[in-house]
Amino acid sequence: MSENVGTPLLKVEDIHVYYGSIHAIKGISFEVNEGEIVTLIGANGAGKSTTLNTVSGLLKPRMGMISFKGESIVGIGASRIVAKGMALCPEGRRVFQQMTVRENLEMGGFSRPKEEIPASLEDVFKRFPRLKEREKQVAGTLSGGEQQMLAMGRALMSKPKLLMLDEPSMGLAPILVEQIFDIIKELHAAGVTILLVEQNAQMALSIADRAYVLGTGKITISGSAGDVLADDRVRAAYLGG
Amino acid sequence: MVSFLRFLINGISLGSVYAIIALGYTMVYGIAKMLNFAHGDVIMVGAYIAFCAMQYLNLPPLLSVLCAMVVCTCLGVVIEGLAYRPLRQAPKLAVLITAIGVSYFLQNTALLIWSSNPKVFPSVFSVGQIKLFDGNLVVSSETILTIAANIVIMVALTLFTGRTKMGKAMRAVSEDKGAAELMGINVNRTISLTFAIGSALAAIAGVLLCSAYPTLQPTTGSMPGIKAFTAAVFGGIGSIPGAMIGGLLLGVIEILGKAYISTELGDALVFAVLIIVLLFKPAGLLGKPVNEKV
Repeated sequence: MSENVGTPLLKVEDIHVYYGSIHAIKGISFEVNEGEIVTLIGANGAGKSTTLNTVSGLLKPRMGMISFKGESIVGIGASRIVAKGMALCPEGRRVFQQMTVRENLEMGGFSRPKEEIPASLEDVFKRFPRLKEREKQVAGTLSGGEQQMLAMGRALMSKPKLLMLDEPSMGLAPILVEQIFDIIKELHAAGVTILLVEQNAQMALSIADRAYVLGTGKITISGSAGDVLADDRVRAAYLGG
Repeated sequence: MVSFLRFLINGISLGSVYAIIALGYTMVYGIAKMLNFAHGDVIMVGAYIAFCAMQYLNLPPLLSVLCAMVVCTCLGVVIEGLAYRPLRQAPKLAVLITAIGVSYFLQNTALLIWSSNPKVFPSVFSVGQIKLFDGNLVVSSETILTIAANIVIMVALTLFTGRTKMGKAMRAVSEDKGAAELMGINVNRTISLTFAIGSALAAIAGVLLCSAYPTLQPTTGSMPGIKAFTAAVFGGIGSIPGAMIGGLLLGVIEILGKAYISTELGDALVFAVLIIVLLFKPAGLLGKPVNEKV
């Protein structure tokens, strides 16, 4: 488990997010330290994806502070946040269906200099050999598991320090879920800090260092993954007793 | 037979102009998911700028076209930035009405500057003609130029969207703006670029149109604009090759219909064909069926 030394890589302080007049996030604070796997778990509609979308810059918080590497990133927009070393692999994968696997990956490296792209492509293909086989295929023809791999590979193309994954296991068969989690562990071992949002709380807690539990726009429980896993409230609500 | 060929060539030539205009509609629709009804009027502005450059500044034709392209490019970017960008999150209907407003704004401004008296567009590209079948079939240089311009533009756009980084980014934005933003693509700038390209093409279309039909007035762009919009829908809105095919077919149907069926009903025939096509292929000839995600 990582020690809390120096400033955290990502620090979120008391953010409030609204959809029109709906107060979706009601003052969330959390942090992610370099080298950690941190997970946000919680029921449907608790605000997990909203939180990630806000951190990544797709949504703007009405109040609160978000800093990355000690620098405020509120309001600078998603496209500039990527270049700072933070990538979000969004919920539902959202690969570009009509573009080829290779083009999808190239888009992932959009913010990086052209000459660095081939080496990164090689890295991604080494990690996901299946994508190499499908390189020229249009992404819409891939299976769900392959699309998830593509979405993760695409996010990795920006060489993120912090990789945020939003429900990577959604809609996948159990064997594929295990594969995806193995890959997350590999990425972590390779030095990528990970912020993971999952409905599959059991799986998420089994690989995380720390966890935050979200309930309707607020953090209700937080602590080391082991403590959260042992918490009776968590067991009752998310782990089936 | 020779007269059929003549009509066919005229149809392809007119269709090429429609195709170039339709490209602007279809690219903007593809990326911003909006119908830019002011597009037809950008054509008119382009034609006026080229006209003024030749008439008053005595610039050579090619340089005049370039002038028109530069002015229209700026105009397109300004229209997008001032009128459409603030409405990015607004209901579709608000954007549509704004586009109609911009269309009238451009027409009225042209009326103010150039008055309603039609200007006669100089036949700058009449450098000669080709005579075939013992002089029974005459193909003018404007016709050849129009068709050639269409082919060049088509190839260039295909290469741009398929091979270049910005072109691919454009396709990414047209599929999923949020995901594109997450890749580091500046969505607003990409949309501006699309308007810039579409408007530059509109300038070319304006000059080609007025070379073939030399009467230039503030409403010159509206009918071809509507026809080109039809062509874009016909081919499948959002699809670049669709705009090309839709434009060509529309031009050919219009000219052949006018020649063989009824001059008065020519335009109605065009729309009748459109309706029939949409009955069987609601997304247009090359359009992809849209799967609305719930």
